[in-house]
Amino acid sequence: MRRRHILAGLGAMVAGGCAKVADSRAGRSLFDAAERWHHSAHRLLTGRDALAAEFDRSQISPSFRGNGSQKVDTPAYAMAEGNGFADWRLTVSGLVEHPLSLTLDNLRRLPQRTQVTRHDCVEGWSAIGEWTGPRLAMILRGAGLLPQARFIVFRCADTLDGAAYYESIDLIDAFHPQTIVAHLLNGEPLPVKNGAPLRLRVERQLGYKHAKYLTGIEVVASLASIGEGRGGYWEDRAEYQWYAGI
Amino acid sequence: MKRHALSTRIWHWLNLACLVILFMSGLNISNAHPRLYWGEWGFAVSHAWLELPRFPGWMTIPGRYSLAEARSWHLLAAWPFALGLAFLWIVMLVNNHFRRDLLTRRREWRWPAIRADLAAHLRFDFTHGEGKFNLLQKLAYGVVLGVLLPGMILTGLGISPGIEPLVRPLIDLVCGRQSMRSLHFILAWSLFVFLLLHVALVLLSNPVRQMRDMITGGRDAP
Repeated sequence: MRRRHILAGLGAMVAGGCAKVADSRAGRSLFDAAERWHHSAHRLLTGRDALAAEFDRSQISPSFRGNGSQKVDTPAYAMAEGNGFADWRLTVSGLVEHPLSLTLDNLRRLPQRTQVTRHDCVEGWSAIGEWTGPRLAMILRGAGLLPQARFIVFRCADTLDGAAYYESIDLIDAFHPQTIVAHLLNGEPLPVKNGAPLRLRVERQLGYKHAKYLTGIEVVASLASIGEGRGGYWEDRAEYQWYAGI
Repeated sequence: MKRHALSTRIWHWLNLACLVILFMSGLNISNAHPRLYWGEWGFAVSHAWLELPRFPGWMTIPGRYSLAEARSWHLLAAWPFALGLAFLWIVMLVNNHFRRDLLTRRREWRWPAIRADLAAHLRFDFTHGEGKFNLLQKLAYGVVLGVLLPGMILTGLGISPGIEPLVRPLIDLVCGRQSMRSLHFILAWSLFVFLLLHVALVLLSNPVRQMRDMITGGRDAP
């Protein structure tokens, strides 16, 4: 009997202690440090340009699950969808020499990369699809980064619970050979649930980094003044890890 | 000579703390998508080979559903867990603990010896003759230290897209990332079963002395 009380006490201590640690500033910075160590270890052990696995077309999953925002509930988006996104613009702004405003046609005319990759959701599931689009590196080189540039922020048309979705990556991931702005999934224009007309593919990170419904690419020196400063919608909202390679 | 080396004792309790946090935060993460698949991909009920129950709050860290915070705990505890295991293996190989106490001898594998060992365990007779551990103990500790614990680390790496280029051959070996995720789950529960057996056997064989010795080191039987 005594032992059972001790066990129950230990359990409560673990749970109570964990809640205290997680809410404290020290606990928070410990979590952030562990995340940075994973990030550095991954970069160190694999090399910054190591490729995510690419698959054969025969391995594509029979459908591609949509998650998070699966549509954009604005009249502007409905109209854009109605005319095949002919007037959709992807702006490139911030710390660049030449700000850009690109149409889908502009993007389709750039050299394309097609890759059959696996999409891993933070929840645990995976799907395989074939993505096509220009490399982000090419777009950024076209705009010309200023020397202070450190991060790329992705602006999206969708909102979740009243806040605009956004995401960000560092320059290493931005210039990774498999990081593309996709406009085709399995050879077809992106379905709405998967981010029509444009979505980011950043293949060495989890799904929430792959911003959908892209409207803008912003080059910045720091993430501190963007949103609540943690680098993304889920990072701000629920303290998801900014580095999502794990 | 101490019954348990200082390195063994430090690792033992550190590892227990890590496993408790990893297991309980892992159950919270499992609640985010309580289905297991085999192969490279899977997302729908029809793809799953196992549908898991929703683990209640008292079994999880934190005690309410929070995938983000559970991941913070999981990714933090992974460091002392993995580094601790590496530390233990290096020490065990250097101080001869592995060769002296854990490596099985050919004569232990002879059927009469195995039968005698099994029979003694079934009688709850845990006094053993020569050597620190008998065959069944060596096998149990060997499987835990050599298969289950390293397996947790390898399958954890195998489901992380950032480190995938390094461990891709292992992922191919088990037919894909979702197989890795299934194995991560299976190994975690295997460790839980080991924990139950381990605690039960300690309770059956002089628990006060066993606990004291794992803290203070105790003394080797002459």
